[in-house]
Amino acid sequence: MIDQQLGALFVQLAYIGASAAFILGLRGLTKPDTARRGMQLAAVGMVLAIIGTLLNHEIVSYQFILIGLVVGTAIGLPMGLLVPMTAMPQRIAVSHMFGALAVTLVGIAEFIHYREAVGGPGVVKMVALGFETLFGALTITGSFMAFGKLQGFVTGRPVTFPGQKIVNAAVFFGAVALYVALVVTQSGGATGDAGLVMFGLMTVLALIIGVTLVLPIGGADMPVVVSLLNSYAGLAASATGFAIGNNILIVAGALDGASGFILSILMSKAMNRSFANVLFGAFGGEKAAASHKSAEGLTTRSVTPEDAAMRIGYARNVIVVPGYGMAVAQAQHAVRELAELIEKRGGRIRFAIHPVAGRMPGHMNVLLAEANVPYDHLFDLDEINGEFAACDVAIVIGANDVTNPAAKDDPGSPIYGMPILNVQDAEQVIVVKRGMATGFAGIENELFYLDKTSMLFGDAKSVITQVVGEIKAL
Amino acid sequence: MVTTLLTIVGAAAALTAVATSGTPTDSSTLIDAQIVEIYVFLLAAFTGFQIITKVPPLLHTPLMAATNAISAISLVASIVLAGAERPLFINIMGMVAVAAATINVVGGFVITDRMLKMFKKTEAPK
Repeated sequence: MIDQQLGALFVQLAYIGASAAFILGLRGLTKPDTARRGMQLAAVGMVLAIIGTLLNHEIVSYQFILIGLVVGTAIGLPMGLLVPMTAMPQRIAVSHMFGALAVTLVGIAEFIHYREAVGGPGVVKMVALGFETLFGALTITGSFMAFGKLQGFVTGRPVTFPGQKIVNAAVFFGAVALYVALVVTQSGGATGDAGLVMFGLMTVLALIIGVTLVLPIGGADMPVVVSLLNSYAGLAASATGFAIGNNILIVAGALDGASGFILSILMSKAMNRSFANVLFGAFGGEKAAASHKSAEGLTTRSVTPEDAAMRIGYARNVIVVPGYGMAVAQAQHAVRELAELIEKRGGRIRFAIHPVAGRMPGHMNVLLAEANVPYDHLFDLDEINGEFAACDVAIVIGANDVTNPAAKDDPGSPIYGMPILNVQDAEQVIVVKRGMATGFAGIENELFYLDKTSMLFGDAKSVITQVVGEIKAL
Repeated sequence: MVTTLLTIVGAAAALTAVATSGTPTDSSTLIDAQIVEIYVFLLAAFTGFQIITKVPPLLHTPLMAATNAISAISLVASIVLAGAERPLFINIMGMVAVAAATINVVGGFVITDRMLKMFKKTEAPK
């Protein structure tokens, strides 16, 4: 008995230590030079929590635990080591799926256990278990759909069908009604299989909600969706903590929930959309009318890599605006080479990173860091926007909508109000682009037609490599 | 920050005391425990908000990978499920949950470290 109490105390102390490690670890992430050590501390916290749990007196056999740990490591380790940085959004989406799967299984199993052991979980625990399973299940399928859209095996276009709103509402309210019914009838003392049927049905409906939630959302809006699912996965983990009376789950889940929530709001703002608009935008048919400005009668000026090299080579102050197009063309390393060359010639080079430049929050920074661009060259929107006026040449590579001045001065434009990079303030602008196709918003970009703008058409990687070669020859 | 952290640790310690002080059938103890759990949640969410708003956009992708790995702490609940004296199918559900959560713990911390390793400052001129 005393042994058992001592053991329980040790487990709790391990959990408290792990909670502190998680919080301090995340604090490390507030600065790039403390980030790595912080996360190593968090990993130590995790190991501590696992060891503490393995000593739990409830555990009678270790074979299933061991199999699970081995299988999980065998899948997780290669995923961690081998996934390319460009595929990071998919990898995050699929990991939300795994996290939610674990939480949902725990929710279902605990519900069954409470019923069999003590007749029911009690009101508070039933509320937590229901929430956990509801959010867990919808995060499983929602994340899988997001994964599919990012990976490209589910169409990136919003999928809509007649009556979709009604179907979605029915499924949603059905799941909520079952949840309420479970809390009312299954908290304790219920007999018969009605509870199991209701719980199962609620789980299935939640799985359907996950699909219908993400299906109508376009590929370009995935950063918001992934952030939101991050938040759901966290909240579901937190609910698990309430359901089984375990504080470390509550703490870790709350941290995850808060992080996902903050990132979703930041992403929505950066895309000029409200939460509701991203989630329900495809239903309302509110596809904004195309801007009244069209490209007719306007001409662009295109330049050769040689011309571009002349301008860039003699510039003193250069700002590069990378977009996802740069990553698609795998031009990061060529761009880094260009940056080094400019510095060697005595110029100053900075990178202006729009919050939605990649496919998830902060994605572009990771891609550039991978190409060995030092992080003190990377600036976010607020830091750099005042600097364009003083720069000789701004080079836009594979970015479009985030540089469109219409967001500032054309109230009729669908992107009006979206925060943009003030590229048009630069003395000269060079735009590297494959062709004149429009960006995600499907609208013309006036920037391309300004007198100060030169278009450098072609594949970003080969064009930049040519420019680098030309500058070397200057 | 440190104060908040101490409060959380304090609240967790209080819960430990409460949880071990009575039998599970004691209903007032159960309610106390649940109130403390709500405290823990609110304080953790508040702390999370404070810290995470200070994480620069530069590190938002590693942040997401990191919080994802941390929330795979549901592994501890899965472990108990897989190893406790329960019907076989529950143990097997637990085993699948252990595998899923382990993927995130191992993969999540590895990939976060892989990313953070790449962020380097400009080298000082020699």
